[in-house]
Amino acid sequence: MSASNENLKDMIGQEYKDGFVTDIESESFPPGLNEDVIRALSAKKEEPEFLLEWRLEAYRHWLTMEHPEWSFVEFPKIDFQDISYYSAPKSMDDGPKSLDEVDPELISTYNKLGIPLEEQMRLAGVAVDAVFDSVSVATTFKDKLAEAGVIFCSFSEAVKEHPELIKQYLGTVVSQFDNFYAALNAAVFSDGSFVYIPKGVRCPMELSTYFRINAANTGQFERTLIVADEGSHVSYLEGCTAPMRDENQLHAAVVELVILKDAEIKYSTVQNWYPGDENGLGGIYNFVTKRAECREENAKVSWTQVETGSAITWKYPSVVLKGDNSIGEFYSVALTNNYQQADTGTKMMHIGKNTSSTIISKGISAGHGQNTYRGLVKVGRNAENARNYTQCDSLLMGDQCGAHTFPYIETKHPSATIEHEASTSKISEDQLFYCMQRGISAEDAVSMIVNGFCKEVFKELPMEFAVEAQALLGISLEGSVG
Amino acid sequence: MLKVENLHVSVEGKEILKGINLEIGAGEVHAIMGPNGSGKSTLSYVLSGREGYDITEGRVLFNGKDLFEMSVEERAWAGVFLAFQYPVEVPGVSNIYFLKAALNGIRKFQGLDELDAMDFISMVKNKMKDLDMDEKFLYRAVNEGFSGGEKKRNEILQMSVLEPTLCLLDETDSGLDIDALQIVAKGVNRLRDPKRSFVLVTHYQRLLDYIKPDYVHVLAHGKVVKSGGPELALELEEKGYAWVDEKIAS
Ligand SMILES: Nc1ncnc2c1ncn2[C@@H]1O[C@H](COP(=O)(O)OP(=O)(O)OP(=O)(O)O)[C@@H](O)[C@H]1O
Ligand SMILES: [Mg+2]
Repeated sequence: MSASNENLKDMIGQEYKDGFVTDIESESFPPGLNEDVIRALSAKKEEPEFLLEWRLEAYRHWLTMEHPEWSFVEFPKIDFQDISYYSAPKSMDDGPKSLDEVDPELISTYNKLGIPLEEQMRLAGVAVDAVFDSVSVATTFKDKLAEAGVIFCSFSEAVKEHPELIKQYLGTVVSQFDNFYAALNAAVFSDGSFVYIPKGVRCPMELSTYFRINAANTGQFERTLIVADEGSHVSYLEGCTAPMRDENQLHAAVVELVILKDAEIKYSTVQNWYPGDENGLGGIYNFVTKRAECREENAKVSWTQVETGSAITWKYPSVVLKGDNSIGEFYSVALTNNYQQADTGTKMMHIGKNTSSTIISKGISAGHGQNTYRGLVKVGRNAENARNYTQCDSLLMGDQCGAHTFPYIETKHPSATIEHEASTSKISEDQLFYCMQRGISAEDAVSMIVNGFCKEVFKELPMEFAVEAQALLGISLEGSVG
Repeated sequence: MLKVENLHVSVEGKEILKGINLEIGAGEVHAIMGPNGSGKSTLSYVLSGREGYDITEGRVLFNGKDLFEMSVEERAWAGVFLAFQYPVEVPGVSNIYFLKAALNGIRKFQGLDELDAMDFISMVKNKMKDLDMDEKFLYRAVNEGFSGGEKKRNEILQMSVLEPTLCLLDETDSGLDIDALQIVAKGVNRLRDPKRSFVLVTHYQRLLDYIKPDYVHVLAHGKVVKSGGPELALELEEKGYAWVDEKIAS
């Protein structure tokens, strides 16, 4: 063992001694990553043996992997030994005591988004003792879900309460060796969400991470697993529609969706992590692996994402269309302003017969923003009658930004029908003048034109989400005209 | 209401308006005619504040205020409306949403509350009925895929909803069929009011059969070369612009 490793071990040992076993609730691990850290993490979470083994396999594989360099995004090398891999959920006592203690800029954004006061306090992590509705809302909604047999809980809770489901489905869509960040996530994920919709059940409500009490503290390596059993249906909303000022830079999540026969999952994301300041300082690196598997026939999944935040967004929510007649959809709006970078898109893997996929991608670049669409449509040897429609539109604002499109198509079956349309446009002076001549201010006009550009995607979002997404676009583009 | 004094305008170094003088009183209807390329659209764009024009000389007063001190939106809020010769498409933005945003922008300036959604819709629907427009246009994207005539009618719909005080109509009659022309003319006439003025840019006497102007001006080579009453339009129709040119020459 090398000297530095020895030191690290010492340090962890010390920290250990100082109490991360005895004082579980209030400690974070010191920065660093090795097998002991993973064991400690797993122990802390009281995980079953199989999960620890799974993590360790992921870690050992990760050590052999190279950091991927193929994307269009640029950022300094990340030192993975410089990150702390466990941070206990902040106790409510550490949070701000009232909204007065919260960054006023954050509050002003909340207000512009029309987020109610109680929700604002929760989002900002204000310490409140079960004063208002959120608690009772959470309870009523838990009851309602339990009645329907739906399981919706944190990943840790699921590991304890439903280990058999976790064992059966974890890593079956995104294996722990899948890619660099997915392997890292598998090794060190701290928490996340778990959803199981039983056979034939239509989830009685939209499941939103808003309502999951500890969602705000799931940290940077979260893991989500959703299983829709035969004939079931669920709409899942993920997102933070308000900026989270998080000192942690890297956010490497994994989302796995399993869709069985005749089932459907609709997964909507509005992502507005801190994008960094107007000079490109700070912000979140959002490197996420999202994949859905339509495992059996007639399964359907649709990903809808509105990505306005993060310094760098690097993700490709994908669909494996294994079941015959299965359907995959991807609707995306990605906005980059200032120095933000986004390299996003999807992969549609047609494997079963008569599978179809739709891709609608809208990229908006402003300021010095760089926006890349990267998509792969793959039609396998046995994928008779596969169909794909792809539409990729870019909107440029100003002349410092960039839009790039990389559509890849691989077909191994002659019956495939693949259509691809792409466009790049600028917000025209004529459109702006027309709107302004009618009494619409320049900023409102820009936001209106951009929202119009994104309409096909927004109409896929649940109503309230669509309203917030529209407001967000407006806010994200503030100051980009004039 | 509007006073244009010795207005000189250049585009990319080329002088297009070469000393325009015009005075438009409240409640008046002025027709501006003139050959292609004489500067009619340029004048309407400059008055409504479009970018890209250098005002090299002269000034314009709107209700006593310097128009060029006002931004595009400020002019719109103060009641300047341009019905475009080529209305612009705004994909993905529904007509109803657009109208509402525009009206609320103006109402906000006037210190009024936003109109109640139900009241707003029924008001707009009534105006559409007057213009013989199908309600489905409310839910289509602004001007997107509209026929030429439908676009023009949509401009008049916006005008009747926003109720501006200075209405500049740039060739609203071009591209309209005979029935549509009458409907649009009726729409304009319905808006005529002692407090509202109109500038009608047109190539055809026909429009002026339906909307009686108080004055007719002929614009040629960037100047108002002749002004008169409604009879001037008739004379032009008969003799063509060559006649005006000859008059300048002599
Ligand atoms: N942006 C521009 N760049 C260069 N030339 C321009 C520009 N805008 C207008 N012009 C020129 O100015 C002149 C006047 O144009 P304008 O559109 O005002 O004419 P008009 O009287 O409205 O003509 P029409 O009857 O055909 O509509 C034309 O010669 C036109 O080519
Ligand atoms: Mg013209």
